[in-house]
Amino acid sequence: MLPRKIRQIILEQSKRANVGHIGSALSIADIVVALYTGVLRINRFDDPERDRFILSKGHAVLALYAVLYLKGWITETELNTYCSDNSLLGLHPDHALQGIDFSTGSLGMGLSVGVGAALAARMQRSVRRVFVLISDAECNEGSTWEAIMFAAHHRLANLVAIVDLNGQQALGYTDKVLSLTPMAERWRAFNWDVHEIDGHDVEAITRAVACLDNIAGGPHVLIARTTFGKGVSYMENQIKWHYLAMTEAEYQQALKEIEGEV
Amino acid sequence: MRDAFVRTITELAVQDPRIILLTGDLGFMALEPFAESFPERFFNVGVAEQNMVGIATGLAEAGFIPFIYSINPFAVLRPYEFIRNGPIYHQLPVRIVGMGGGLEYSHQGITHYGLEDIGMMRIQPGLITIAPADAAQASTAIRATLNLPGPVFYRLGKNDKIVVPGLEGRFELGRLQVIHEGHDLLFISMGAIASEVAAASALLYEQGITCTSAVVASMNPPPVDDLVHLLKRFHIVITVEAHYITGGIGSLVSEVIAEHGLACRVIRCGIRKKPSGITGSQLYLQDLHGLSAKALAETGLHSLREGDHR
Repeated sequence: MLPRKIRQIILEQSKRANVGHIGSALSIADIVVALYTGVLRINRFDDPERDRFILSKGHAVLALYAVLYLKGWITETELNTYCSDNSLLGLHPDHALQGIDFSTGSLGMGLSVGVGAALAARMQRSVRRVFVLISDAECNEGSTWEAIMFAAHHRLANLVAIVDLNGQQALGYTDKVLSLTPMAERWRAFNWDVHEIDGHDVEAITRAVACLDNIAGGPHVLIARTTFGKGVSYMENQIKWHYLAMTEAEYQQALKEIEGEV
Repeated sequence: MRDAFVRTITELAVQDPRIILLTGDLGFMALEPFAESFPERFFNVGVAEQNMVGIATGLAEAGFIPFIYSINPFAVLRPYEFIRNGPIYHQLPVRIVGMGGGLEYSHQGITHYGLEDIGMMRIQPGLITIAPADAAQASTAIRATLNLPGPVFYRLGKNDKIVVPGLEGRFELGRLQVIHEGHDLLFISMGAIASEVAAASALLYEQGITCTSAVVASMNPPPVDDLVHLLKRFHIVITVEAHYITGGIGSLVSEVIAEHGLACRVIRCGIRKKPSGITGSQLYLQDLHGLSAKALAETGLHSLREGDHR
């Protein structure tokens, strides 16, 4: 499973459906590839002992649909219903779709649910782990910090949060809207095990998770530095690509750039 | 109902390892029996109700039955969206306990009153919504709903001593309970205020007026068939609730009357306006809003006099 393929699907489906949220999906493409190729232990998507994954920044779900398709959990026909009538593949993930553990879309809730899932695993003496991918702007939500406090207080070592630190939110750059700097120090101050990584380096992400102590360590957070719109030059770090759909010319250029990516 | 709640889940938890109790740092001198019996299944999450709902969602997905406890508005209003997108949308067996409906937190003021909880909860498809009238009914309701796969909201009164005469701990989902039969007036009440209705009914009896009185604890699913059956027999019904008059039992009864084309006039007794800064005892406040036994009896008499003139 190559990030290039994920990005290609993101572009194809966004163009076909004529919808936005493209930049957010491109931002997490490498993270989801790392998770689903070298991190998550999932024998079957309905195995109670599987690792859980919560895409708390649900608006980037197209990257996840691409993964589920490449894993063979959803068919090409299903993938091609993205944003169509009578489809489970909307702009935010729904647990009715196989392979989606929790429905999300409202920012600030995913980490709380992940905390509960991690607590449940510990109480059941299970080795399953819980991964929650949140956006940096989601740290605007007070509820995110409620979850951060609880996880640290109860030393939930089986919980891994990944922050997609792309520095952007819906209407502006995070430093201009509501500063989150310094992100890593904030999590450290809340007593988490903090790792800063390159969010576009699949191997580095996989390695970072492999090194985590999921038994006795604290809750872990990977602060993943990413580029919003990664791989498409005119989208990178551009606020408007949070919402816009591509014109035909933009689409062709984007595809060309993605295909050129190694 | 607070002690009844804690006693009931503590008893159930002996046999049922799925039961967990979470609190948003409330329940002093109340939750201890559970916390001491099952320390590994008791979590004070701190003053963080949204997170409490999120955690309960994650726990329930893994097979637990988490009860989450707070004072009514903190259990309902603060985390409302989490409840909607978590336990309700995912249909997970989270049990939400809102302590103290209506004006029960008296001197604590409006921040602590539960005035719109039933209206907000019962409109959510897939959320069982229960407002027991006394401790025995609360205990029965908690047991009767323990194994339901989806979420449940319980509006529980603080007082464990109140016993609604004629109720005898009965509860059935989707049914109402008739606690007294009479010919002149029909009272339908929701929640702990039922004891005031019973007292009002006794006052009216002294004046030769007999009342039928029914308690609706199962607000969702609503006891539609039972209501239709009962409402057909009367021209006037007086609904009683320690709740804003919109959204609760008065609204439910009106919906049933309208949808079934019944010829029954509704007099809604409840809280009609935003409380002012004036606080007082629960009884004082209930009287202020026309919900004391005396005020309800007067409303009953007035409705009969009005009926005579029609």
